[in-house]
Amino acid sequence: MKQGRFAWIVPALYILFLLTPIYWLIAMSFKTNVEITTRFTLLPETFNFNNYVKVFTDERWRSVFANSLIYVGLNTVISVAVALPAAYAFSRYKFFGDKHLFFWLLTNRMAPAAVFTLPFFQLYSAFGLFDTHIAVALAHCLFNVPLAVWILEGFMSGVPREIDETAYIDGHSFQSFFIRIFMPLIASGIGVAAFFCFMFSWVEYLIADSLARSAVIPITTRLQALSQASGTDWGVLAAAGTLTLIPGAIVIWFVRNYIAKGFALGRV
Amino acid sequence: MKPVNHRAWFLVAPMLVLVAFTAVIPLMTVVNYSVQYVATNAQFHWVGDLWFREVLHSEKFWNALWRNLVFSGFILAIEIPLGVLIALNMPRKGWGVPVCLVLMALPLLVPWYVVGMIWQMFGRVDIGLMGVMLRDLGYNYEGDPIDAWFTLILMDVWHWTSLVALLAYAGLVSIPDAYYQAARIDGASKWSVFRFIQLPKMARVLTIAVLLRFMDSFMIFTEPFAVIAGGDPVFLSTELKQTVELGQKAAMSLIYFLIILLFSWIFYTVMTRDDGEPQSPGGAS
Repeated sequence: MKQGRFAWIVPALYILFLLTPIYWLIAMSFKTNVEITTRFTLLPETFNFNNYVKVFTDERWRSVFANSLIYVGLNTVISVAVALPAAYAFSRYKFFGDKHLFFWLLTNRMAPAAVFTLPFFQLYSAFGLFDTHIAVALAHCLFNVPLAVWILEGFMSGVPREIDETAYIDGHSFQSFFIRIFMPLIASGIGVAAFFCFMFSWVEYLIADSLARSAVIPITTRLQALSQASGTDWGVLAAAGTLTLIPGAIVIWFVRNYIAKGFALGRV
Repeated sequence: MKPVNHRAWFLVAPMLVLVAFTAVIPLMTVVNYSVQYVATNAQFHWVGDLWFREVLHSEKFWNALWRNLVFSGFILAIEIPLGVLIALNMPRKGWGVPVCLVLMALPLLVPWYVVGMIWQMFGRVDIGLMGVMLRDLGYNYEGDPIDAWFTLILMDVWHWTSLVALLAYAGLVSIPDAYYQAARIDGASKWSVFRFIQLPKMARVLTIAVLLRFMDSFMIFTEPFAVIAGGDPVFLSTELKQTVELGQKAAMSLIYFLIILLFSWIFYTVMTRDDGEPQSPGGAS
């Protein structure tokens, strides 16, 4: 399809719109608080790294970044591990109640987090897990496991069933077939599912905030506490905010060609 | 045809146990609370449908629901056409493709609280780039409800239009060149190419985009919470967070969840409708 000569203007303007607020955040992170609150400057007057130094040298900032990355990592591993066999079952077999189960999974992806904050607190307290990394990681399974099952099922269904049959005839057991033959075939699907689990666990705020209150505070909770306190240190907030963009920016690069397929739950 | 194999339940079991723990038990707790009154001495008293009647007669609930629907309406009316427009004009090959994809996906990976924080820093009339620019026009999102709405909608457009654009783009690149060649031979106009070739090919991904955007904007909490701490506009999730009475909170949760469930069902029906193989629960393509 031939596009007009000036077609590039539309995405260019859109990307400009996307980058402007991000630019402002980054610019602010290099300014002093005096400059932020008293003068309006498009470019920082001098690039000072004090805000970043404060973030990196403060043990409390370091620990909240670590907390977030730990529960996100745990959640990604758990979600993909339990979703893999389940997605295989859905993509290869018919069994009692399969369709209802599949629909029920989707409803969890659609469940509003606000509904679950109250019972989650009580559930995880009852198991003595309140305020631990694993509590947040398990709670995020609420929406990430269904997502991973849907995405993986989409990718698995693209692999012809004859491959399974041939492998079984060749004498492979289920485990050996699944790990040695099938998983490499859907490697990109596993990558995409992991990416989306990472993403939704990383961006989520409400559940993480309600389950990790003191020992394992997530990064966003600390940002919230500081941004709504009086005498806000805007420079440090902007620096910490800028740092939260980095993990996302890194992982996007690896899955750039599959992002749409993932959002369509493996069904483009 | 997929073989029937009930032993497939063993493969599903670990997932089922996990989701039961994270979803079913909490939901049952909510149901339990919704029909009881918890006295100060932690005694539970059965109250039947009292809380449900209270919620359904509460003006705050209906106002919040109405605001949510208006908000979602605005979001869909802006983001879907804009996303399609961007997708139609995105480059199809060369260095522009990865650059577009990566930069556009960037807002999707920003923690939701940070999205709100970015827009707070961007929109405030004392320190924000947009706030200062628009200050002379009387813009102040912290004081004026209209400006607050404008800011929230603009923020959501910033945050999520890329999702629509990426989905639509994925639909567009799957159209074989032969279709366009045939259209050229027939002398089809740009509009008829869009109407009869591109739009039908995008229909499926756009349905997904519409439903995802509808549901996520319907559940929105974090971003407005970060931008306008507690002020107007108040959405359903905000209302839910602010409700103190346990039973009322639970009843409102369930009503909220049932509305979502209804839309999930529509979503599922639409997604699986066009599948060539109706036996497939998810229906792959």
